[in-house]
Order: sequence, then structure tokens, then C-alpha cells
Amino acid sequence: MWAGKWLGWMLLALVRLLTGAQARWWGCPPKAERRIYFANHQSHLDLVMIWAALPHELRTITRPIAARDYWANTPVKRWITTEVFNAIYVERGGTPAPAADGEAPADPLAPLQPLIEALRSGDSIIIFPEGTRGHTGEPQKFKSGLYTLAQMFPEVVLVPAWIDNVQRVMPKGEIVPVPILCSVTFGAPIALAPGEERRAFLERAREAVVALRDV
Amino acid sequence: MNDYLRHLTPTHQVAALFLIVFGLLTVVTSAVFLLGLRERRHPVHGERWREELAHLAKLLQTTWWMVAVFWIGWTLGDTAATVLFALISFFALREFITLSPTRRGDHRSLLLAFFVVLPVQYWLVASAHFDLFTVFVPVYVFLAIPVVSALADDPNHFLERNAKLQWGIMVCVYGMSHVPALLLLEFPGFEGKSAFLVFFLVGVVQSCMLAQHLVGRLMGRPAFAPNVSRSFNWFGCGIGLALGCVLGAVFSFITPFKYGQAMAMALIACVAGAMGHLVMKALKRDRGIPNWGRRSTGVTGANGLLDRVDALCFAAPIFFHSVRWYFGV
Repeated sequence: MWAGKWLGWMLLALVRLLTGAQARWWGCPPKAERRIYFANHQSHLDLVMIWAALPHELRTITRPIAARDYWANTPVKRWITTEVFNAIYVERGGTPAPAADGEAPADPLAPLQPLIEALRSGDSIIIFPEGTRGHTGEPQKFKSGLYTLAQMFPEVVLVPAWIDNVQRVMPKGEIVPVPILCSVTFGAPIALAPGEERRAFLERAREAVVALRDV
Repeated sequence: MNDYLRHLTPTHQVAALFLIVFGLLTVVTSAVFLLGLRERRHPVHGERWREELAHLAKLLQTTWWMVAVFWIGWTLGDTAATVLFALISFFALREFITLSPTRRGDHRSLLLAFFVVLPVQYWLVASAHFDLFTVFVPVYVFLAIPVVSALADDPNHFLERNAKLQWGIMVCVYGMSHVPALLLLEFPGFEGKSAFLVFFLVGVVQSCMLAQHLVGRLMGRPAFAPNVSRSFNWFGCGIGLALGCVLGAVFSFITPFKYGQAMAMALIACVAGAMGHLVMKALKRDRGIPNWGRRSTGVTGANGLLDRVDALCFAAPIFFHSVRWYFGV
């Protein structure tokens, strides 16, 4: 336990030194309430960045999701993700894509189960609704997991976040990060309107994230 | 008084210098603080006056930081001071690179700049390899960076990207590294007092920049190059340079220079600093940003650092070489 804490501090210092990890609370204050932070996804480091940008009090009660195939493929990474980030593992592309013909996938809740458990136990979570990393800088379509969670937990606050510049710190295929300033901008919370349709809500959520790019 | 100061050991003299500077800063800061307090109770001045006061308070804050950093650097010794300047270099270069668009192909060159060039340059300074440290960046790194970029197999904007990176290294690493190098210059009869040279350079250049900035702000003369800087004009620049020269002459007693020499050295440093600042402004304008902060939302400590130190980055190498060449040390 102490090793995890110690490593956490070291890692935090390193991330601050390399990127600044600046948090910009633009649309809402940092507050200890149950929240779902949803952010754009451009790099595996997104997880580290948003973890480092949160104030200490929130960091301990906020659990990011981590792609199992990347973050659990070596014992060291597995140890860091569980001990330091307190992450929730999900299978990549785990949240099912909204079926084009409106047909529901076999069991839409199965991949979300760990997230649901975390929210039930009172933690906040950080998710990347694009499901996979984008390469163009423009976020891809959001997957429906966010909608399902918003339906199941109407009292949880949904906070959009824009993570800036991380893809420049460590492009795909490189292992050593370059020092470049990054920031995480947290926007005004959005809520699922009564009777709002899935696709409309996901598009609105995506726009809320994209809008933070230029504030 | 003068005799008393002269009979102190060099260490005590430097300590006395810091004491005087800290004292002056305390007096000025208290005055500004009390003025602000009085103003809040009985507002007599206009909006603009209050803005100027807030601006002055911000400048003072920066000055406190700088003096504190120098003081810590001096108390910890030459090596620690060099490490401290290396850190400042690192943060300045980080800001510079953040605001210059880089491509994926630049990754290795950036790693080279941050984790090889910067430490090696400061190691050369710390170990007093003067001949190598003056040519390391312009000769060896100048070749190495484009080679690494070319090996990354991305010809898009090749010249532009490399020029940016090399400029960043030149200003943030090479320029800045000449400040701690002053600590290692050995004048006959001036041993142990090189900290005065750093103080002389920083004090003269920053005062000149401050005067130029305030004059430009308070007296609205038409800007000379409005597309590059909206505040730069020859009048303000002249006042800044004059103040720099006068300060140089006043402070000549802490340097190995005579009056005239101190004035000339101060003038050289100030001209380099003022012009360097203008050059950096042009670079900023080219990038379309008002200052080197993170989109002007200054929250973290490192924001806008380059704005504060760019004059020094240009003044230091020129000052260093003038001194070395003229006095043959």
C-alpha cells in the first residue's frame, strides 16, 4: 500500500515536471460528489493526465477506466494501474457500438458491469466514450455506454473534459515522453433530458467535449 | 560605510548585497500593498490607476521570485546554481516547444534536445569546459538535430520545424547557460565574487526592460513596429538603455570593471536584451499568441516564464563574450 502511495507521488511529480498537468475548472468547481467525467481519447496517457490534474481529495475517490490489453499486459503496468490509479479494467471497445438499425446488442450491460459497481459503491469514474484512441484530433462518435450509465444513475453529475496536447507528449509507438505542457479543461455538467433519444444525447455530449477545446 | 564593506570577505559582501535587495523589495512591496489597501477603503483613483497598481504588484511578484531563486542558487553554491539555471532552461524550452507546432517525426529530435543537449550543455558549463561549451550548440547540435529529424522520414515543413527547434535550443538552452557560466569566470583579484557579475547582468538588464515596459505603458508613444510589438518605441527603449547604463556605472564597484567599462558592458547587455525581447515578440506574433503562457490562463507556476527571461537569454551570451574577449579571462 505504502509503495503504491509513494510511487503515486513520484509519478505525479514526474507528470507535473513533464507536462504541467494543469487543470482548468472552467464549467464547474472541483467537488466531491459522484461524477462521471467523460473526455476525449488520444493517447494511453490520457488516463494519467486526468488523474494528475484532479486535486488530491478527488483523485482518491475517482476511478479511471483502463484498457485491459494495454494496461494489464505486464505485471508492472498491472500493479501501477491497480495500486496507483485505482483503475477499472475494461475490454477495449467494450461498450457496444450503437447498432445502426436500432437493434440492441446481446447484453449491453455486461461490459459496463465494473463501472456500475464503482458508481454503486460511491466512487466517481473517468470514461473515454470514444472507446478507442483517435488520430485526427477530432473526437470520434461516442459509444452508448455513457447513455446507459446516465440512464441508470440520473443523480450522478456528468462532467465533460477536454484533454489537450497529450498526443504530442508520447505519439503512438514511442516509449519516452517529451516535455510539453498539457491541460485538462472541465466543462459545465450536462444532464440527460427526460425522454431524450440515445443518439441525440451522445452527439450533445460529444459537442460539449469538443466545445472545451477553444475556451 | 564604504570602507566597512570593502573589508568584508567576498561572501559577506554578497550576503550584504542580497540583504539590501531583499530590504528594498520589502519596502516597495509594503508600500504597494498599503496603497492598495487604502485604495480599497477609500477609492479616490480611477479604474486605470488600479489596473496599473495590480500590474506593478505582479511585476514585483516576479522580481521576488527571481531574487529568491538567485539567493537560493548562491547559498547552495556554483553547482546548485547551474542546476537551477538548467531547470529554468528546461521550463522555458518546454513552453517554447508547447507553442511551436511539432509533428510526430520530431519526437526523437525533441528527446535529444531535452534529455541530451540540455544536460550536456549545463554539464559543460559546470565543469568549466569553456571552449567546448561555446561551440557545442552552434556546431554539433546544429548538425545533430536535423540529422535525427531526417532519419524520422518526414519531409513536411522540414526546414521550418528544424529552424523552430534550433531556435528554441539557441535561446532557451544556449543563451540561458551563459548566466551560470559567468559564475565560473576568474578575474584576477576578483575570486569568489563572480556572483556579483550575475547580479550585475540580471539587475541591469531587468531594470532596463522594466523601465522600457513601464514607459511604453504609461506614455503612449506610437509603436515603432506595431505589427511586432504594440509597445516598443525608441523613446522607451532609450530611457531603458539610459537607466541600464546609469545603473551599470553605479554598480561598477561590485564588478571588476571601471566606470566607463561598466557603462559600456551594461549598454551592450541592455541593447542585446531589449532587441532580443523584440525578436521573441516577433516569434510570438508569428504563432498568434500574446504571451508565452498556456493560452494566457496563468495558473501553474511555469506559465509565461519565457516572457520574463527572454531578454536575459539574449543578453547573457553577448555579455559573457564581451567580458571574456575584452578582459581576456
